[in-house]
Amino acid sequence: MWDWSYAADITPDLLRGLLLTFQITAMAFVVSVITGLVWAIAGRAPNRVVRGIVRLMLEFVRGTPLLVQLFLVYYVLPDYGIVLKASVTAVLVIGVHYSTYVAEAYRAGIESVPREQWEAARSLHLSPVRTWRAVVLPPAVRFAIPPIGSYLIQMYKETALLFAIGLPVLLAEARSAGGFSFRLLEPFTIAGLMYLAVSVPSSMLVSKLERRYDRAH
Amino acid sequence: MTVPTEFPDPTTALRFADVCVSYGNTDVLNRLDLTIGAHEKVSIIGPSGSGKTTVLRAAMTLVRPTSGNIEVFGQNLYQEERNGTFRSAREKHVRHVARSMGMVFQSYNLFPHMSVLQNVIEAPVSVLGLTKDAAVDRAERLLDMVGLRHKSDAYPPQLSGGQQQRIAIARAMALQPKIMLFDEITSALDPELVGEVLDTVRTLAEETPMAMVLVTHEMRFAREISDRVAVFDGGRVIEHGAPEQIFEAPSEPRTQQFLRAVLG
Repeated sequence: MWDWSYAADITPDLLRGLLLTFQITAMAFVVSVITGLVWAIAGRAPNRVVRGIVRLMLEFVRGTPLLVQLFLVYYVLPDYGIVLKASVTAVLVIGVHYSTYVAEAYRAGIESVPREQWEAARSLHLSPVRTWRAVVLPPAVRFAIPPIGSYLIQMYKETALLFAIGLPVLLAEARSAGGFSFRLLEPFTIAGLMYLAVSVPSSMLVSKLERRYDRAH
Repeated sequence: MTVPTEFPDPTTALRFADVCVSYGNTDVLNRLDLTIGAHEKVSIIGPSGSGKTTVLRAAMTLVRPTSGNIEVFGQNLYQEERNGTFRSAREKHVRHVARSMGMVFQSYNLFPHMSVLQNVIEAPVSVLGLTKDAAVDRAERLLDMVGLRHKSDAYPPQLSGGQQQRIAIARAMALQPKIMLFDEITSALDPELVGEVLDTVRTLAEETPMAMVLVTHEMRFAREISDRVAVFDGGRVIEHGAPEQIFEAPSEPRTQQFLRAVLG
């Protein structure tokens, strides 16, 4: 049976876990939108070698599970002298992992900019850097915002995996609360509700963004 | 980037010599020769698919010729001298030599996310290094000239095609080009909007000394505004001369045929 006083006891711990989940998601998101942009632009480099390296890198990161990447960085890299804190590992690995998907969203955005816009920029003698910054990226990023929003929500949910490297994120807090008391119903129910309470409104926000974008076109 | 201060040949804006452009197996320009004087207004007419637009695109460096030379005021656009021999020019050289040209496109190609004013000041600020105030000053004079200063804060999608095209002309003029290329600038417009755009070009032709090359289907306009008309067919000039001569006494049978078809 559901025990309200026990539920109240564990809620502060779970909220602390939720806060850490937010922090890691936010920082990993920043890493992913910046790194993703680098991939997207480098993927269109005039140099074929650069393009090849970018494609390989993206395939490799997308083709292996996030959990394996976390373990690799957290448990294997120390053998080679690279020791990162669990939180730093989390931000970098989730950030870089999702950057490869975010890069796809940017790529679609960049391709949505008609060739004529590039030609107009060239006929006005804008430098390549200025062409990207002023002409191509503003509409491309707008186009990419709805899919990037969905990736943000996915990242938030995927932080649950971080209990595997010992981070007290929301899911890990629920698990340890359950471990002490042998009562699992309350911690996992509350944790699940907390995940939902964030992801459902965010999903609604993202589909609103998508609709707004569709109308604009 | 600076405009070259000394041109090897200040009297010739553009010289095409033996220029070929091909896409796959199709030759769009076929050994084209054409010279345009520094202050000359030249119209290019001819059947569709005859390579008219490609001439402008090759000059504006939007497509690189397969062979042949293009000179801008005597400077070779696609060849540069390195270590004593002429080689295929690098991007930096191409951009430098192309600097004195501006272009207006059939589909206007304004930047839709920038206001009218931002569209016009973008290049003066980022290419010429003008201060924002100086660029706005210049932009407002140009917008006055095309009669659209009151639309400064509007965005391109809010404007008619004719208005967008007049702004595209102001935008290209903001860099004070010595050569302007007009690529079928009225072809995408509803008939009632053609006049306002042609009026703008007419004013430019009368008031500025720059060279103008116009690819156009507006025969009356071509006749009225041009110093010379070049007739294209099969990727080359088949005939050129004063407008009266081309329109009243064309010597090439294909020119006669074309003019009969378009003038009825």
